[in-house]
Amino acid sequence: MSFSNSGNTGGETVIPSSDSPSLNGVTAAIDFDEPQKSYSLLPKQNSEVPGELLEVAMGPHHPSTHGVFRMDVVLDGERIVKLKPVFGYLHRNHEKIAEGTSYLGSIPYTDRLDYLCSMSNNWGYALTVEKLSGFQVPERAEYIRVIMAELTRLVNHICLVGFLMQDMGAMGTPLMYAFREREKILDLFEAASGARMMCNYLRFGGVRCDLPKGWLDEARKVVENFPRFLDEFEALLSGNEILIARAQGVGVLGKELAVNAGITGPMLRACGVNYDIRKVDKYGIYDRFDFRVPLGEHGDVFDRYMVRVLEMRESLKILKAALRDIPEGLIVDAKAKSRGLRPKVGEAYGRIEGPKGELGFYLISDGSANPYRYRVRPPSLINLTILEDMCLGLTIADAVIILGSVDIVLGEVDR
Amino acid sequence: MLGTGLIKGMAQTAKNFVGSYQGPERLVTVQYPEERLAPKENARNFPFLVFDGDDAQKGLRCVACQICEKECPPKCIYINKSKDKKPDYIGKPQFYPATFDIDISVCMSCQICVEVCPFDAIKMDKVFELSTTDRFEALLLHKTELAKPNEYFQELHPTEAAEIDTRFAEEKLKAEAKAKADAEAKAKAAAIAAAPKPEPAPVDGSIPTPVAPKTI
Ligand code: SF4
Ligand code: SF4
Repeated sequence: MSFSNSGNTGGETVIPSSDSPSLNGVTAAIDFDEPQKSYSLLPKQNSEVPGELLEVAMGPHHPSTHGVFRMDVVLDGERIVKLKPVFGYLHRNHEKIAEGTSYLGSIPYTDRLDYLCSMSNNWGYALTVEKLSGFQVPERAEYIRVIMAELTRLVNHICLVGFLMQDMGAMGTPLMYAFREREKILDLFEAASGARMMCNYLRFGGVRCDLPKGWLDEARKVVENFPRFLDEFEALLSGNEILIARAQGVGVLGKELAVNAGITGPMLRACGVNYDIRKVDKYGIYDRFDFRVPLGEHGDVFDRYMVRVLEMRESLKILKAALRDIPEGLIVDAKAKSRGLRPKVGEAYGRIEGPKGELGFYLISDGSANPYRYRVRPPSLINLTILEDMCLGLTIADAVIILGSVDIVLGEVDR
Repeated sequence: MLGTGLIKGMAQTAKNFVGSYQGPERLVTVQYPEERLAPKENARNFPFLVFDGDDAQKGLRCVACQICEKECPPKCIYINKSKDKKPDYIGKPQFYPATFDIDISVCMSCQICVEVCPFDAIKMDKVFELSTTDRFEALLLHKTELAKPNEYFQELHPTEAAEIDTRFAEEKLKAEAKAKADAEAKAKAAAIAAAPKPEPAPVDGSIPTPVAPKTI
């Protein structure tokens, strides 16, 4: 967690006004390892400090925090001296509940982790259970999974960009355009699975039901029209001077720190590290598709925005190929059963490249009907841990867009 | 030149603004209570119980096997099994639910109950205008509110309902054929039994000779 010494070291190097010796004295005086007697983050006031440090609790109900999340920031004027992310407001005991329910019963709960990407959450969990129990996924189901996961990526990235712009002050316009397009994809989800967001569609060894008649044509239409919308979106945003001024050079995350902190997904790729689990693990049938992994260079907010836009274009390539090649056939392994599943004793870790990063599920089976241990590796939470390192020395307004560019969903952070 | 990006963006918004009055791909909003979108066939929100025939309570397909109660992840189904049995669609005597409640304030519309029900007795509904001022009683649906006719189900999910109906009809035919065959076999057996048969030879010793009570 960023609640470590990084604040102290960062204080010396990053804070622009570090030429003021007294401020340095203050940051160094904060000993965060010591159990705090009072609730306040404020250091003991040094009589030599000119002016006072101000502690602000942003959240838990703050429009910029995308949910119930609190940032305790210590400000020197407008500069951030210290930032402590506080989460847990949305804790729903997901892991413990899953240890008490059957394997099948946890699938609808995984929908509610990252509620923008229920399809890919389902996939992560199904993949782990398949590893544990050895079910084979039929060809058609693999294609359906890829199509759903890539549509989910479009939904997630388009929402993220919209919300990021909202954080920057573009009130509504890009977000509403994004939601308009998202709606078309949600309609596809509804037609296939019955629900728009809480899809609960994948099953161990396949998917729950076959695609309805005409679905593929609808999907092709959506995929065909999406690039036009993306072009428009980019014409609206990518060259916009205000966006560039706000985003470039802000919230820079170094490669080394990103790798050491376990950052994954577009956040990591924006720093220029070539790591995409679709390429590394080749889970499902991703080795059959020809797509590139867009990389950023500077690791700032603008790169994160750009990486996501480019990723959407690559997703469209995958979607086109998958919708062209999808075969007829079974949709679920004939041997697979969902009710009363009792995998043999063992453990498995399955991971997928979710839209937000590496989404992993770790299961230990003791041969009974419920998992003995169920653990989620939530990309949102782990990507959030370096928030302080990106924000130190910047202003509150920057912290808001940096948080926006991390792409968190609190349902997944707190579980 | 500084500002070109802004101007280009403005052009885009202008295009969208004008387009939202004409193009169907930009004009997506529906004026809800007056205008409604047709629901998708697969759409789901809360479960209901299917019944056949005219009597909602007699015709319930549910046999109170309680599988759905056990599998429901948030445990929002409450079933009490009946003490007696009633005939189901093929005439086999089955239990029925004495009470069947679903707390839809807890239900998360996951459809697992539907998936696991072996009797196709519980299906997903599409009504969504369920708001109420009573948080407790009004959201706990009882058997009487949950029971909906098969015709309603056919309307909601035509493909699935047609499939189930054909299967049920086949099963019923089979059951009837079997019943008929059984009846015929029985009749035959009875006829054979009734026909004058050669008297079976008395089996000696088959009837145990009464043992004289021991005298003490
Ligand atoms: S609805 Fe189906 S699963 Fe549930 S008790 Fe009735 S027959 Fe059994
Ligand atoms: S839809 Fe899900 S939560 Fe609702 S009653 Fe059925 S199994 Fe339970």
